[in-house]
Amino acid sequence: MANLDIKEFLDNDEQKDLLRLLTAGSVDDGKSTLIGRLLFDSKKLYEDQLDALQRDSKRVGNAGENIDYALLTDGLKAEREQGITIDVAYRYFSTNKRKFIIADTPGHEQYTRNMITGGSTANLAIVLVDARTGVITQTRRHSYLISLLGIKHVVLAVNKMDLMNFDQEVFNKIVEEYKILLKDLNIPDVTYIPISALDGDNVVDKSSRTPWYDGPALLDFIECVPIDKDRNYEQFRYPVQYVLRPNLDFRGFCGKVASGIVKKGDTVMSLPSGKTSKVKSIVTYDGELEMAMPPQCVTLTLEDEIDISRGDMLVHVDNMPTVSRNIEAMLVWMDEEKLDMDKQFYIKHTTRTTRAFIDTVQYKVNVNTMEQIAETNNIMQLNEIAKVSFSVAQELFFDKYSDNKQTGSFILIDPITNNTSAVGMITGESTKDKSTNSFSVITLDLPSLGIDEEHYMAIEKVCNSLSRQGVDVNLIK
Amino acid sequence: MIDVANNKTISPQRLSHLKELEAEAIHIIREVAAEFENPVMLYSIGKDSSVMVRLAEKAFAPGKVPFPLMHIDSKWKFNEMIEFRDNYAEKFGWNLIVEHNKEAFEAGVGPFTHGSKVHTDLMKTKALLAAMDKHRFDAAFGGARRDEEKSRAKERIFSFRDKFHQWDPKNQRPELWDIYNARVHKGESIRVFPISNWTELDVWQYIRLENIPIVPLYFAKERPVVEMDGNLIMVDDERMPKELRDQAKMRMVRFRTLGCYPLTGAIDSSANSIEEVVEEMMTITKSERTTRVIDFDQDGSMEQKKREGYF
Repeated sequence: MANLDIKEFLDNDEQKDLLRLLTAGSVDDGKSTLIGRLLFDSKKLYEDQLDALQRDSKRVGNAGENIDYALLTDGLKAEREQGITIDVAYRYFSTNKRKFIIADTPGHEQYTRNMITGGSTANLAIVLVDARTGVITQTRRHSYLISLLGIKHVVLAVNKMDLMNFDQEVFNKIVEEYKILLKDLNIPDVTYIPISALDGDNVVDKSSRTPWYDGPALLDFIECVPIDKDRNYEQFRYPVQYVLRPNLDFRGFCGKVASGIVKKGDTVMSLPSGKTSKVKSIVTYDGELEMAMPPQCVTLTLEDEIDISRGDMLVHVDNMPTVSRNIEAMLVWMDEEKLDMDKQFYIKHTTRTTRAFIDTVQYKVNVNTMEQIAETNNIMQLNEIAKVSFSVAQELFFDKYSDNKQTGSFILIDPITNNTSAVGMITGESTKDKSTNSFSVITLDLPSLGIDEEHYMAIEKVCNSLSRQGVDVNLIK
Repeated sequence: MIDVANNKTISPQRLSHLKELEAEAIHIIREVAAEFENPVMLYSIGKDSSVMVRLAEKAFAPGKVPFPLMHIDSKWKFNEMIEFRDNYAEKFGWNLIVEHNKEAFEAGVGPFTHGSKVHTDLMKTKALLAAMDKHRFDAAFGGARRDEEKSRAKERIFSFRDKFHQWDPKNQRPELWDIYNARVHKGESIRVFPISNWTELDVWQYIRLENIPIVPLYFAKERPVVEMDGNLIMVDDERMPKELRDQAKMRMVRFRTLGCYPLTGAIDSSANSIEEVVEEMMTITKSERTTRVIDFDQDGSMEQKKREGYF
């Protein structure tokens, strides 16, 4: 650091990309120790954090005379007392090649809810197994959730190799076990690394104690794994987030490019209206762009004046999402309160909010065995995962989650408590014609209510705003 | 390089981490503007706030930002901060709201007389909560970062507060993808942290690249300072007790964070540019918040303050 040319350092730092990673493992797998080591060995830890750590380690540490790295990541007072991690914690570190965000989630209690929360944006997951026990129920569970979330890269880190004399046989056996487990899952890229988080073997540097292992050290791997192809650059989806009208001459549609690429001059269609126009300009604070790609946030202006509001979606005419009110999805229940089939939930999908009814719970999945349970009684409880079909009050514009995370994901919000009750990953359009659930729609017959025409516009504005919040009003003018 | 399968004519650049963080923040800021009736952006005048404010300007360009900026004035901020705040708001056309705890101020509450705990509680936390209630804000942006402090590392980007403005760390709403649950009942609110995922270095890098103006106190200068309990406290006005002021010596110092002047320690430094500040940061052995007196009141003190409604 002494001879560091700071300008050069900053210029280099600016070019780094960002990798979000999830760590999965139980308390005993040494997960926090591994994270602590990544942070420590990549020089992220400042001296005073280390001082405090050494003090804390002596008081409540579980690592004997060694530094208890777990104390670094276990933040909240309550959990420091109990010695467990209770929620998702985010950690940051960087190397010469890349910046990292680690989502650290506990492996036991409420594991599904926490892991799903921590893993939704992850590019890569590190699954820890204990070399002494190999692939266990938890490994299966974590891997299933990783597959469900569509995380494309997994590192199976076989930890505590030091306790097994760095025996190649032990490692190979666990690799084989894991490959069998993978057959039922959809994880395209898996890398196996023998490590000792406690001693640092194969974490940052290759270890001399595993001469038989010819792969990269863990840090090397996560620094170099290419992730830029993981995004969807084919299907242009632009959920309109906010309409910008600073003056009469400018009407811009703010949004994030959810997927695909948009260029100036492209013909785009607005959903649900089906009206088309051409992209006139791609506006940002830093000037106009020729094209925009995910996850850029821009403002689009169009050649023609068409009525577009928040919750609408701009797409390319030759590559349309599914437009439907009947949807099938894998649903994860996140709420203490169990599913009530009579409840009309709010559904938030991209920037669109409407009402949703669960029609049927088709089957549940046992996360430990990945078995499907046909008997559901239409009940879902906290941490349960099920395939459901549901209908919504207004059409959604969606893709399968496996093709497009951005337009294949949604949350369900309890209309009474406002909690996020469930999160879902769309598998397709529901084929069943389920029209048993009727959405109560309020009708306002303005002429018969004796309301003057001069007020129509104001009323319409209020109704549009209500509709964006999921309450539909049928206006008769 | 991205392999755009169906279109060989374009070869977009991969987004750098800062561009990705910028996009994440702009998306969050727009989401709040679209979903809440009455949001506000809390402005602490510090470097993180300055970045957040610029991101809001970016989110709505070429339009104006559709919510006001609010500063909770503890009445013990550095004078240079107040001057900077007023100039910035005027120059960039912000609607600036300034609120303070009038009662406590008139009763003479301050860190020298009442200690850091009482001062922070009355002049910062209470003042903020009263201002939130007075203006009926249903969402408030804050410039906190998760890498600053352990309890912040576990807080959601949309952080729900009950009608008493309290944070319940064990009962946070699940937050997935970039879909934020913005629904609240009357009286409840959401604190929103658009730069949650930025590190201290990211903030400096962004200030450098975007030429964002910041308070000059971040850069080294000869300043009158007094040593108090291991902290270098700058003499910013006459309210510092005379016996302390008399010990003041001129020293080349700067500040890593800004807050109430009696509670914010300076560090010896000659760093005069952003590059020098970053260089110092990379080689310095203390993390940012060690210069904040309030974090050391008690174990887990930030978590406690957050539960009570502090940012």
